[in-house]
Order: sequence, then C-alpha cells, then structure tokens
Amino acid sequence: MAQTFANVVPPQVRNRRRGAPPATRAGRKMRSMYPSWFYIPAAALYVVLFAVPTFASFYFSLTRWSLFDVHFIGLDNFVQFFSDPQLSQAFLHTLVYAVITSGLKVVLGLALAVLLTSSLIGRGYLRAVTFFPVLVSTIGVGLTFKVLLDPFDGVVNGALSVFGIQGPGWLTDPNLALISVALVDVWKGLGIATLIYIAGIVAIPQEYFEAARVDGASAWKVFRNITFPLSWPATGTVVILSLIGGLRSFDLIWAMTKGGPGFSSDVIASVIYKQYQAGFYGLSTAGNVVLFVVVTAVMIPISIFINKRSVDS
Amino acid sequence: MSRLAVRRWTVGTIAIVVSVVVFLVPFAFILVTAAKTAPEASTLSFSWPAEWKLWDNIAAVLADRDGILIRAFVNSIVLTVASVVIMVVLAAMVGYVLQRKKSRWNGIINFFVLAGLIVPPAVVPTIWVLQGLGLFKTLGGLILIEATFGLSFCILLFRAFVSTIPRELDEAALIDGAGPIRLFFQIVLPLLKPVIVTVIVVQAVAVFNDFANPLYFLPGDANATVQLTLYAYASSSTSAGQLNLLFADILLITIPPLVMYVFFNRQIVAGMTSGAIKG
Repeated sequence: MAQTFANVVPPQVRNRRRGAPPATRAGRKMRSMYPSWFYIPAAALYVVLFAVPTFASFYFSLTRWSLFDVHFIGLDNFVQFFSDPQLSQAFLHTLVYAVITSGLKVVLGLALAVLLTSSLIGRGYLRAVTFFPVLVSTIGVGLTFKVLLDPFDGVVNGALSVFGIQGPGWLTDPNLALISVALVDVWKGLGIATLIYIAGIVAIPQEYFEAARVDGASAWKVFRNITFPLSWPATGTVVILSLIGGLRSFDLIWAMTKGGPGFSSDVIASVIYKQYQAGFYGLSTAGNVVLFVVVTAVMIPISIFINKRSVDS
Repeated sequence: MSRLAVRRWTVGTIAIVVSVVVFLVPFAFILVTAAKTAPEASTLSFSWPAEWKLWDNIAAVLADRDGILIRAFVNSIVLTVASVVIMVVLAAMVGYVLQRKKSRWNGIINFFVLAGLIVPPAVVPTIWVLQGLGLFKTLGGLILIEATFGLSFCILLFRAFVSTIPRELDEAALIDGAGPIRLFFQIVLPLLKPVIVTVIVVQAVAVFNDFANPLYFLPGDANATVQLTLYAYASSSTSAGQLNLLFADILLITIPPLVMYVFFNRQIVAGMTSGAIKG
C-alpha cells in the first residue's frame, strides 16, 4: 500500500519535509489514517457490559448468590440442573426447537425465494406479505397466535372443523406445545430467511441459467445443479442466524406458553428467567453457562462445515 | 397463451391464495378484533365486527392506567433512537478501521465480534455490573445494553460494505490535507449511507420490538417500554375479557415498524444485496 501511495503523491508534496524518505513517511501516514482509538468506544461498551458479565458468569454459576451475598458451592447448580428432570428437559427442548425452526426456515425460505425470483404474477405483493410478520413484535405475534390457536373457539381449529377435522389443543397438549410454538416462530422469521435467499439467488450470474436453458435442463435440474449449490453462502447465513435465534429463543415461548403446560415447552432461556424471577441467581447463571456451552458446541462445528463447503464450491 | 404464461398464472394464483390464508388472515384478525366490542371479541371468531369500534378501542387503550402506553411509547422511542445512533456510529468506526488497517490484532478483534454475535448474554451478572455502575433500572442503562448487544451484527455489515469503497478515496482525501477524523466523518461515513439505512431499519425494528432486555434490565412501571406494557396488558385484559383492547394495543405498537418498512423497503433490500449479506 505504501508503494502505491508513493506513486500517487506528486513530488512537491513528497519533498515538503526534506530528509524523510518518501515511502516510509507516506507509509506511516497511511497507517495513522486509520486510528486505533476508533476501536475504544465500542470496545469499552463490549468489555464492560458483555465480556465482564460473561466471564463473571463462570464464577457466579458456582455460587449461591443473592446479588449481595455470594456463597461458593462448587458444581451444585449444575448437578441440580441436570438431575432435576424439569430443568434438564429444557436442554433437550432447546435443541429440538432450534432444529425444527432452522430446518423449516431453510427449506421454506429457499422454496419461497426461488418462487419469488421467478416471473410470477403478484410477486411484489408476495414479497411484502411474507416480510410483514418480521415487523410485528414477537410478543404481539405470540399473543395473536395464542388466540388463533385456542383449542375450542380459535380460528385455526374452526377452519379445520369445516373440513371435518377435530383440531388438537395446539398449546394445551404437552406433546404439541413446543412444536406449535416452533411453527409460529417459523411463520414470523420466514421473511428474513427468504430475503437472504433472494439476495443470494439474485447474485448468481444470469449466464448460468441461460446456458442451462439452452441445454434444455428441467426446472428441477436447474435448481439442483445451479440455484442450490450457488446459494450456499445464503444457506450458511440462514442456518447460522436461525440456529442462534432458535437456541436463545425466549420471547415467543414466554408469550405463548410460559414453558407450559407443565414444563413441556420449557427451554434453557425460559428456565434462566424462571430461576431469576424466583431469586435463584446462581442457578439462573448456571443456566446461562449451560446455554453458552450448548450454543458454542453447536455453532462452532456448523460454521466450520459451512465455511469449508463454500470454499469448495 | 403459451405454456409458460399459463404456469406463471396458475403458480402465481396458488401462491397468492396460500399467502392470504397463511399471512393475511392473522393480520386481518388483529384488525377486526381490535375494532370489535368486548363481548363480540371474546368469541374469538374471525368475523366482520357488528359495530366498527376501532377508534373507541384505541382511545380506551391510550387512556388506560393514566396513559401508561403513551409514556411507554416515549420511552421506547427514546430507547430506540439513542441506542441505534450509538450502534451506528461506534460500529461504523470499528468496521472501517477493521477493514482498512491490517494488523496482527485483526484476528482477535474478528473473533470477539463473532463471539458477540453468538454468545448469549449472561443475564444476572449483567444486572450485577449495571448495579455497580448505578445504571440498573434506568433508561440510560438499557440504551447502553441494547447498543452493546447490537454492535457485533452492525460491525459485520459495515466491515463488508467498507471493502466496496476504493482506498484511493482515502489517499485523495489525505493529499487534500484531511486528518483521520475528517476523513472518516466527512468522506467515508456519507459513502456508507446505503448500509447505514439498512442497519438503522433492522436495528430500530429489533430494539423497538425487544422484550427480553427491557424485562430483565428495566423492570417496573415507571419507565416501561411498549412491549412490556403490551405483555402486562395481556394478563389484565384477558382476565377482564377485553381482547378487543389487547388487539388494539398490538395494532397500535406495530405501526412504527410498519411505517419504517414502508419508507425504507427498497433501501433494505439494496443494502442487503450490495455486499452486506455474504457469508
């Protein structure tokens, strides 16, 4: 970079201060154009409000804690977390929830994006309408669907009964509650996944599609051999964002079921809140550490895998 | 009509019908329920209101508990504007230097940025820190929290976008005698406008709609945000059988994000496609 700069600068500027070799001086000046203190304000916030609490959580998770009083108890919180079936179930629910939501967002988001980048009547309307749910707050969506999914008077089961189907108690059946909430999560988040996929598909050079058309490839073959592999970076983004969101999900579950009925839709994030509310700060923080470990353990291999694939293709 | 045109129409029509059922019905349900009288809303049916009471219901919601919703609106707007401004300026500074300056720290900084995106914040220890700083249960504290938690995402977008701005511009500005601060604020920042719009819209919607952080870090009625009041309202209005007011509330607080989207729709997609979302 210093080299290019020396070539660009006219001689009279270069020689203004005699003695200093031009390239070095220019090089130094180029470096100081990007001052390191630009990092400081962001770093200060990050360290104080994010890094310090994160590191502190490892210590506080080993304590019985009332915010004022810290009593070291070793691994008891973790033992309690994993031996209490109500708490440890949340661990499993979190994984199930994240897998369902991100899987469906990938499949449906890609399908919708393919549809919305093809020539289709009402394309603008369809793009807008799939994005609308993103704008409504999660709490608003949760409360709305809680009413829509009411087992007796709800609109969804009302519509099903027209076809002679006895709709289930979506949020009141312990076997269904978690899945119902996950489906609503997909309904709400699909717009983002679709938008990312649209951006990815639009970036594919048109020549590929033209060449395929000349060769007489079927729509499925075009999708299988061009659209899907070349939108791999978009798939990576969707998977990573939806997994992070799914593993940490709290708002929607809290608005719709509060982890119930019983503990059938409790996830780690809702356990953290319940323990916090009950004043068990140490146990709550232990939940945070468990969530931290789960997220890291899931995200690192997946992001390595996705990066490797996108380098290969 | 050619076969292609027939397919265009049939697939399009099916997609429109499905989208109406899946996406528009829930929105229409919010709207018609918000316009009903209390007894009619309590039947939960998806039907045209017998009497159109939308304005009365909105007025009733706004008047509830001495206009707590209006105060919550003011709080939410202050929170959103302040935290998004902090996020945009600080993240743009970091994204810019991180992309431009190659140093051995870059790897570590990138790692922390990614960690900020992935790692779930430790809630109670954060409260403990805020309490130590005297910022717990204050709007200022929540503003800093929202700004901090949003930084990573913004930095990634800015870093990707800065790489599309030619370095020659920096050099030209330097020759013209601009210092680093003028270079950034007068030359680079205006050029970042497309991605700034994207960041503002995405983060403003996220902060305005956020529930978990206000719940933890700003509890209490005194300075509640709109999402907290909606949540509190849900329990009180359901027990009182006033679903019409609950839905009027949902409708009311969805308006600001909707307005933002209508205004900036094109720019969001443009900012996303111009290199912002790439791996």
